[in-house]
Amino acid sequence: MSLVLTSEQTMLRDSTRSLLVKSAPISHLRRLRDERDPVGFSRPLWKEFAALGLPGILVPQQYGGMGLGHVEAGIVMEELGHTLAPSPFLSTAVLAATAIARGENEAQKQEYLERIVAGDLIATVAIDETGKHRPEKIALSAARSENGFVLNGAKTMVLDGHVADLLIVAARTAGTPGEIRGITLFLVNGGSGGPRAERTVMVDSHNAARLTFDNLKVPGSAVLGTVDGGWTLLDGVLNAGRAATAAEMAGASEEAFARTVAYLKERRQFGRLIGEFQALQHRAAHLYCELEVTRAAILKAQQALDESFDKAGPIVAMAKARAGKSATLAVQEGVQMHGGIGMTDEFDIGLFMKRVRVMQELFGDSNFHADRLARLGHY
Amino acid sequence: MSDLETFRRETRAWLESNCPPEMRRASQGESDTCWGGRKWKFQSDAQRIWLERMAEKGWTVPDWPREYGGGGLSHDEVKILRQEMRALGCRSPLDSFGIWMLGPALLKYGSDAQKREHLPKIARGEIRWCQGYSEPGSGSDLASLQTRAVDHGDHYVVNGSKIWTSYADKADWIFCLVRTDPDAPKHEGISFLLFDMESQGVSTKPITLISGASPFCQTFFDDVLVPKANLVGELNKGWTIAKYLLTHERDMIGGMGQTSESRSLGQTAAESVGLENGILADTVLRGQIAAYEIDAWAFRLMMERAGDMAKAGQAHPAISSLLKYYGTELNKRRMELVMSAGGTDALEWEGARTRDGSQVRAWLRSKANSIEGGTSEVQLNIVAKRILGLPDA
Repeated sequence: MSLVLTSEQTMLRDSTRSLLVKSAPISHLRRLRDERDPVGFSRPLWKEFAALGLPGILVPQQYGGMGLGHVEAGIVMEELGHTLAPSPFLSTAVLAATAIARGENEAQKQEYLERIVAGDLIATVAIDETGKHRPEKIALSAARSENGFVLNGAKTMVLDGHVADLLIVAARTAGTPGEIRGITLFLVNGGSGGPRAERTVMVDSHNAARLTFDNLKVPGSAVLGTVDGGWTLLDGVLNAGRAATAAEMAGASEEAFARTVAYLKERRQFGRLIGEFQALQHRAAHLYCELEVTRAAILKAQQALDESFDKAGPIVAMAKARAGKSATLAVQEGVQMHGGIGMTDEFDIGLFMKRVRVMQELFGDSNFHADRLARLGHY
Repeated sequence: MSDLETFRRETRAWLESNCPPEMRRASQGESDTCWGGRKWKFQSDAQRIWLERMAEKGWTVPDWPREYGGGGLSHDEVKILRQEMRALGCRSPLDSFGIWMLGPALLKYGSDAQKREHLPKIARGEIRWCQGYSEPGSGSDLASLQTRAVDHGDHYVVNGSKIWTSYADKADWIFCLVRTDPDAPKHEGISFLLFDMESQGVSTKPITLISGASPFCQTFFDDVLVPKANLVGELNKGWTIAKYLLTHERDMIGGMGQTSESRSLGQTAAESVGLENGILADTVLRGQIAAYEIDAWAFRLMMERAGDMAKAGQAHPAISSLLKYYGTELNKRRMELVMSAGGTDALEWEGARTRDGSQVRAWLRSKANSIEGGTSEVQLNIVAKRILGLPDA
């Protein structure tokens, strides 16, 4: 498959971009942050997404979705990275939609997918329990009771967790933390009947929450996939999230880079444009090379998910590791090359640094994925 | 079945029955490379047969037109051929500066007579070419070159000297940048000439490098007569051709580190450093190797993407500078890690155990990658100015 976008994919990029430039430029993020918006994203904007079909990008057509792939989901993520727009796209349209659509339970698909497509259901996944992403160490327990399971434990960094209607919770039904066997996914309602949710205000002003499960009862029909055998589906959902996060980082870092290069062409010091200085030219050129190489890696990872979802793990790990590193370099160089003004809240460049820092950690940072690849390579 | 799938199936079948088993073993480095040329001595019958069979198909230069000895394959077919060759472990049948550098320049700028004369001989490995670009006083500032070619009616008389002429002592012909108008601005008085290295007045002197090998020469021209028919393109317009050819040279050098990787670096290190609890005993080195492997993987995809973008008409003309810069820096990183993994065993300079220090010499050789074909710093200048549009000082 060719490593360039098709004309249909380019059209999707352009229509997403025009929506975001019009309805959710960076001032949109600032307003949500400064007004301490209780939801954390704009529900009317999510309805605009739905009008374009975006929440259903990964949902099969038989459930009203667009039936497209991870390349297309990545295109939307990349555009979100350009304007840093908060939206439930990652939690609902990528993570939850992938989990349910691949969960092989017809009743669950019928119940949830069309509502996701319509923009009526906010859904998310609850996986991490510690500050560093270690999915095989899931400890939140799900003990069998008469008609179902009882959940006890806590989750952290649950995207949109304080407003989600539906939570997909990874719990341990057997084995011990560290084992991939014995993990089960559950569909749990959010809101008043669900776990206690505490919104955690994060550095990037995007949504995250801590969830506490205190003897929460769920019926047997809440199981997504198979009991004790949830790892494969969980790993697939995580890979979808990793590729999507990598794409958002690519968008954020390219926007930060474009703004930085533009600044090098307008800022004057010592009687000339600072972009004339070779010290800065070489750093900018090096950064450009890093970003281009990463772009190829991310596109290949997305294509791998679309071609062979279950085998894409290593290449997705490679892309996420690359994206984390090159995006970190892009935002660091962005702030440094802007000089003092780059340290001000008024200027946007710092917002990219904040968002990239969060995405670097999401679903495993560069070191996590490098370690995974080394293990797969038997060294 | 699509045409491409048919092509893939037929290509695989043809390679399986035509590539000799000896040519499917991993290359041990440059000594296994077939360069061709009038002075070439094949290392084995298998090497000769493999070259002859591939040349007959036009697959030594699969993307060149058939009329000039090429395979006439499309971009996608060439990609499939390379994939299938890699899958079967087939060595390249022929490597040469004619294929990588002169050929593409002649296809674009040569006269029909020049193409007919030179391209088929390159495709068949009959003539080996060398490159006359750098001079003792003109390295990164290539356009300041001083070798003169003076008009003497039906021929030019060439005087001067070139340096870093790779394999000049083994080559049959040279493509050479010469100054034909000393009064014009430096980029506008340069012409692109072809001539036989056996011409009267040509001499070469190998230069011993830090690796102990002498792949490079200094080449001297003392009243060398070159027929005017050997001028490529227009008089004094050679810089355009020179730059075009450089983009191909940069692609070649940028891809150098990629071809020799038969085994992962992590595997090599696991054997020499050892494992503890299933992971490399040197955990710092392990992290460096993993980071390298990730970057190398991504870079291979970048090269693939660059080809796809070129086909789609989306590639920036200066993209070869990115590939050259990134690929060579990556290759140097790899060689440092190889040396680190090998420890003192990797330091032996002589002896059969190390094949006369092939590894330590390759490590030293790799340092030239970011110098030859335009230094890394020159490539960054090109990216900064031509792609990013940053202003001149």
